[in-house]
Amino acid sequence: MARLQSAIAALHEVDMGRGGERNGSSIHPLARFVVCLGYLVTVVSFEPYDLWGLMGMSLYLIITGIWEDISIGKGLCGLRYALFAVCFLGLVNLFYDRSVIYKLAGISVTGGMLSFATLFFKSIFTVSAMYCLLRLIGMNGLCRALRRLGIPGGAVTVLLLTWRYLIVFLKEIDRMGQAYMLRAPGQKGIHIRAWGPFVGLLLLRSMDRAETVYQSMLLRGYDGGFRQAGMEKGERTGISILYAVSWIGIFGLLRIFPVFVLAGRLLTGMG
Amino acid sequence: MEEIRAEHLCFSYDGVRDVLRDLNFCIGQEEAVGLIGANGAGKSTLLKILVGLVSGYRGRVEVGGLHVEKKHLQQIRRQTGYVFQDSESQLFLSTVYEDVAFGPRNYGYDETEVDRLVMEALRQVHMEDMKDRQIYRMSGGQKKLAAIATVLSMEPRMILLDEPSGGLDPRNRRNLIQVIRTMRGARIVASHDLDLILDTCRRTILIGEGRIVKDGPTEEILTDEKLLWEHGLELPLSLLGRQ
Repeated sequence: MARLQSAIAALHEVDMGRGGERNGSSIHPLARFVVCLGYLVTVVSFEPYDLWGLMGMSLYLIITGIWEDISIGKGLCGLRYALFAVCFLGLVNLFYDRSVIYKLAGISVTGGMLSFATLFFKSIFTVSAMYCLLRLIGMNGLCRALRRLGIPGGAVTVLLLTWRYLIVFLKEIDRMGQAYMLRAPGQKGIHIRAWGPFVGLLLLRSMDRAETVYQSMLLRGYDGGFRQAGMEKGERTGISILYAVSWIGIFGLLRIFPVFVLAGRLLTGMG
Repeated sequence: MEEIRAEHLCFSYDGVRDVLRDLNFCIGQEEAVGLIGANGAGKSTLLKILVGLVSGYRGRVEVGGLHVEKKHLQQIRRQTGYVFQDSESQLFLSTVYEDVAFGPRNYGYDETEVDRLVMEALRQVHMEDMKDRQIYRMSGGQKKLAAIATVLSMEPRMILLDEPSGGLDPRNRRNLIQVIRTMRGARIVASHDLDLILDTCRRTILIGEGRIVKDGPTEEILTDEKLLWEHGLELPLSLLGRQ
């Protein structure tokens, strides 16, 4: 149950973003969304053997992490199982691609090793970028960005309500799980005999609560639309455009020039 | 001038047994009315009918001069605040500010006005300092006050409160009483907390088995020990000493 509670807390943190909508940031969520999208496309576009070129893309995460005070390690830790799955899939490369690309300190580096490492870092970079985006703008910010992009209000609302239902659902699991555990001391998990009624009741209760939430929204003027697409207090169009254009430009440069290789050559006086 | 009027109001969830039976009452513009009754008497159902959350009633119900039916629901809800019994479900956004701002934003106020309304609502429930708090980390009492603020921020003409004092500590309860007293417009407070009713409402409606058993001055009803006892209630604690 502790794991579930920490998952709920993590979802709430993502939901809130950087202090919700009132994050004091002058950058519109759309600008951050576009930068993140540009980053993902650039990262994915690297060749399987272009590990050193790819490493340059870590600059965005390092700068964002430091500048925005985001613990990327914490995000990766939460997504470690997904990363393990990617690593597991990437292991296959080691066996199929044994051609030696170059030797590093006397060790033969095969194509499989390089493509495995590239896949691993691509996964880390893309997951971290998404984590940064959600931590910065939150779910509401993401919906604002999507709405601004022209995604229909109905689709954005469905996304937002699904997200809210997920939180309600997890909270109900937590409540019911706690009630069960308190009356089943020493028992590990929920006994298989209780699964049927547990799941049935869970669905009924979570739907009931979701309906109350929806009623509460209706009573406060909600009519199915998502209205927060425009600029909010403190957000500046100019700064948002500058932010997006700058980062997209930097990604372009990083894609063309392997900065780490160039920096290494500069430092060692080689090449 | 009447804000709320019910004539021959009947309602049944299953079409077999009436939960509300032939209710007739009027509530004036600045009137505060307590709604009391045992568990399952129909208090929450009545409140939900008034804001159109429960449909399919028989008889006639008017809120703010509008017949409670689908085509008027938006207008009725615009002027009527409803505080749910379960404040946990009423709050669905991440921070107090965001949740309180939800209503005003939906009604198209600009951000400056939204900010003013939110801060004013939070000031009324003494939660200005908690505006950036994450809701899921708040206590039950704090959630209850935040839920009331979500309604106050829409500056409703009338307000319906379903068990508003549940889960509040004595100080917050006292605070709530002040909030209800200072509210403008018609108020209906449905509660088992008879002391709260005594402190906030001059008129009380006692519901028993779906019918209005008595409608009159709060002091008169809440001092009638026999009547209360017959309908699953007891004298308010503050009056017990007088007896």
